[in-house]
Amino acid sequence: MENLETFRQDTRDWLEANCPEDMRQPMRSDEDQCWGGRNWVFKSEGQKLWLERMAAKGWTAPRWPTEYGGGGLSGPEAKILGEEMARIGARRPLSSFGLDMLGPALLLYATEEQKQQYIPDIIKGKIRWCQGYSEPNAGSDLASLRTKAEDMGDHYLINGSKVWTSYADKADWIFCLVRTDFDCAKHEGISFLLFDMTSEGVSTKPIKLISGTSPFCETFFDNVQVPKAQLVGTLNKGWEIAKYLLTHERAMIGGFGLAGGGMKGMGQMAAAKRGTTDGRLRDASLRAEASSFEIDEMAFGLTIERITDETKAGQGTGASSSILKMYGTELNKLRQELFMAIGATDALNFDTDSKGALVRSWLRSKANSIEGGTTEVQLNIIAKRILGLPA
Amino acid sequence: MILSEEQQLLKDSARAFLSESAPISALRAMRDAGEDHMPELWTKMSEMGWPGIVIPDAYSGLEFGYVGAGVVLEEMGRTLALSPFLSSAVVAASLINQLGSEQQKEKYLPGIASGELTAVLAADETGYFDLSSIETTASESGDAYVLSGNKRGVIDGHNADLLLVVTGGDAGMSVFAVESGAEGVSCETRLIVDSQRAADITFDSVTVSSDALLGSLGGASEAMEFTIDVAAACSAAEMLGISIETFERTVGYLKEREQFGEKIGTFQGLQHRAAQLFAEIEVSKSAVLAALQALDANSEKRSVLASMAKAKCSKVVRNATEEGVQMHGGIGMTDEFDIGFFMKRAAVCRQAYGDYHFHADRFASLRGY
Repeated sequence: MENLETFRQDTRDWLEANCPEDMRQPMRSDEDQCWGGRNWVFKSEGQKLWLERMAAKGWTAPRWPTEYGGGGLSGPEAKILGEEMARIGARRPLSSFGLDMLGPALLLYATEEQKQQYIPDIIKGKIRWCQGYSEPNAGSDLASLRTKAEDMGDHYLINGSKVWTSYADKADWIFCLVRTDFDCAKHEGISFLLFDMTSEGVSTKPIKLISGTSPFCETFFDNVQVPKAQLVGTLNKGWEIAKYLLTHERAMIGGFGLAGGGMKGMGQMAAAKRGTTDGRLRDASLRAEASSFEIDEMAFGLTIERITDETKAGQGTGASSSILKMYGTELNKLRQELFMAIGATDALNFDTDSKGALVRSWLRSKANSIEGGTTEVQLNIIAKRILGLPA
Repeated sequence: MILSEEQQLLKDSARAFLSESAPISALRAMRDAGEDHMPELWTKMSEMGWPGIVIPDAYSGLEFGYVGAGVVLEEMGRTLALSPFLSSAVVAASLINQLGSEQQKEKYLPGIASGELTAVLAADETGYFDLSSIETTASESGDAYVLSGNKRGVIDGHNADLLLVVTGGDAGMSVFAVESGAEGVSCETRLIVDSQRAADITFDSVTVSSDALLGSLGGASEAMEFTIDVAAACSAAEMLGISIETFERTVGYLKEREQFGEKIGTFQGLQHRAAQLFAEIEVSKSAVLAALQALDANSEKRSVLASMAKAKCSKVVRNATEEGVQMHGGIGMTDEFDIGFFMKRAAVCRQAYGDYHFHADRFASLRGY
């Protein structure tokens, strides 16, 4: 305990000395995130310094082993780091599918050589990864994917296409599910490959969403050659890795349900905009909705905390990521609805500058309960894996 | 946010004891015999020391804290065990402990801790737990006070030995410990939906000595806020237990009942509703535990968390009991089947110490809007 208190004080001092001022401001929109990668253009000197300093300590990945450049922190230490960052409103130094999805799977399934090759670059934000999972005919039914990898002796030859690949046009590498055996049950015969997006035969095409933005792409593979050393895990056993990685993706997306750090509560925001009578939000119906939302939001935040603590204590339920994903995304959609109600007719503004950010964010949020496995898929998982209801 | 080993042990032993000594069949038998409480069960609980769980060691309590009381209440919710545990040993004891003088605590708390004395809060006059409009008055008369007014819907109030009467008026909020047999106290009871009785109590110029006043005249507001937090968080724990048990019984039924040649649990329409409810119950577990821990730590977020927990659990238990009856179909509506008992008790718990609307409103005010 004494050590933890020392750790807290040291962490506080270090953050105070090293977190640039502009990295202590709440993010105004997704545009303020730092994704890193070969082609990343830093938005400010502060953003660059913050990533470099945190990465040097391994604190972009606080709990990963130090041998690959991670922070090597214990659970309680990582919690303290999180609390101390929240205390000063420090932004996350690096947003990364490598950190949130691929890294945990590599730590579990990759060879030592692969870990040495890929993990340090994830931690430093040098390589930006994208996820090659969904296909035009494999959405909720992901395991029916058809992108083919043929064994050509010294390499695999990839043909096919992916869809809903987030930021494929900006990513350096892809982790990709491919079919390596067509003559078996659909969950077998899937393999997990890593390859460079600049490989010959890879092309991407952004998909414009109802929000007007294009975070997703179609991704095409036309005779792409991938060295065999870039297969993770066992050939034809990629589905296990795919599922493990999905639990991390769900937990990440479920985190959208959390209240934003450093932001006013929904009710206070509404009161500031709409006005109060005798200290109470003037619109009684909006007040009731804001209160109901904040109650759920608070209880959900506590649930993430409780499930994290239970997992550390070895008491976790396996499918808890499905609960968090389902609940968190529905909550975030409700949050965006309330933002729209508070913004009222002004919130309809669809200008491309920051004035249109609210409505675009509202539209974008509708994808939360679809991406990473729809709400309905999560409910199926809870019903079957946790409740044991019959198929 | 996990239970300590001692808290988990208490929970496990409470589960074992209650399923043995207070199953739903015992509640049914009590009702069918025309009775409204279970004195023998209370004697057994007292032998185990439960009434002393939140009471400090100095007054013969166990000083085990509100998380401890909460885990016991959750288990009580599972079997719908009827007792003065929440009303006397948790709520009333907390108020006395907050507000009473050393002498008053010594006078009342050891008796409550042993289970021999039961006390109950007599605060509400409106039916809405609206403590801002208390009209019961206390007027000074020499060395004594004279209390007059009406209290409404005090659950199990007619069986309590001691009434903690909240008075209002110009002096502000005060609390008096009044023996239920005192001259001028009269009581009318009515049967309520879960087979208990609620008492409407009239105080007709009841004279009490000055040492019946807990704390100072008009000085009860802060202690009452604490007591509301205790009552809300602990009643939420009981509702959580009702939700969990109802849900488990319902999922069991989905796995067993066949229609159209299949188990009804294979139908996605039911699977998704069950999964949704499971997630809501998981979320309410965290709400309850955080509220109880905040009471033990007396943290500044105590009131916000307590009202959050009560509001959340009220909604979830409504959903759980309603889905419980709906998914059982026709048999769920029969008196012969047990699931309806959970809906009835839940209705009482939802109203006790402020309903969803009371606590959602209090939550909003505490959050500054």
